[in-house]
Amino acid sequence: MKVIERTGRTVGEAIDMALQDMRASRDDVEVEVIEEPSKGILGFFGAKPARVKVILKEKMSKRAADFLNNIFNSMDLQVDMDVVEKEEVIFINLDGRELGILIGRRGETLDAIQFLVNLSVNKNQEVRKKIIIDVEGYRNRREETLQKLAFKLANKARQRGRSVVLEPMSSQERRIIHNALQERDDIYTFSEGDEPYRKIIITPKK
Amino acid sequence: MKELVEILAKALVDQPEKVNVNLVEKEKSIIIELKVASEDMGKVIGKQGRIARAIRTVVKAAATRHKKKVMVEII
Repeated sequence: MKVIERTGRTVGEAIDMALQDMRASRDDVEVEVIEEPSKGILGFFGAKPARVKVILKEKMSKRAADFLNNIFNSMDLQVDMDVVEKEEVIFINLDGRELGILIGRRGETLDAIQFLVNLSVNKNQEVRKKIIIDVEGYRNRREETLQKLAFKLANKARQRGRSVVLEPMSSQERRIIHNALQERDDIYTFSEGDEPYRKIIITPKK
Repeated sequence: MKELVEILAKALVDQPEKVNVNLVEKEKSIIIELKVASEDMGKVIGKQGRIARAIRTVVKAAATRHKKKVMVEII
């Protein structure tokens, strides 16, 4: 972590000098005021400048990538990482061989890794960021699969005139199905049960 | 495997220096014992065991290459 101290006539001026030297913006740093400026007697005798300590914060995406790299190293996996940090979200896409084991059954392992990375990176942070981890576009493919499944089961519910119960899914996956069927006026959807066994029920409208 | 549990646990707790991982190898299985500071227990277990479950899922994935069954116990 990079730390520098600067002085200036005002606290603001001292911070600006530090930011310039670090080539950082105000959001990238934490500031500690070591000494407030004092004018002294008659404006010059015993006057003291403002003194600040400016600490460069490590970016959240950096910490997320480091954590993931440690995990993959200990699993003997070669993984390429593509990280995009936005205001509220960090997208991390993984690429490499043998990544099937990182996805797991229905994305179970990928969701577990994503959950742990979110906890670790957002620990003790004032501003939280959501971290989304994907493997070679798996989440998009899964979204398409779920949408197709949703339509198929909605038709089944209507034809049979009975409710169709889906298997338990994560909140992310349930949202995809609710959204896919939102426009349909012949059926409606709701969720039942407690996490992690919460599941969607599709019921025909009478 | 031991290293993986250590990495995961240390990233979650407030006192990483108190994380201690032990490997007990049995005939058909490997038991990984995870110890953390008592104040940090919640950080590795989570609401309704959500965090513990996620740790076990990741370790299970890492263990698919090994022939033995791997279990993670928090003690």
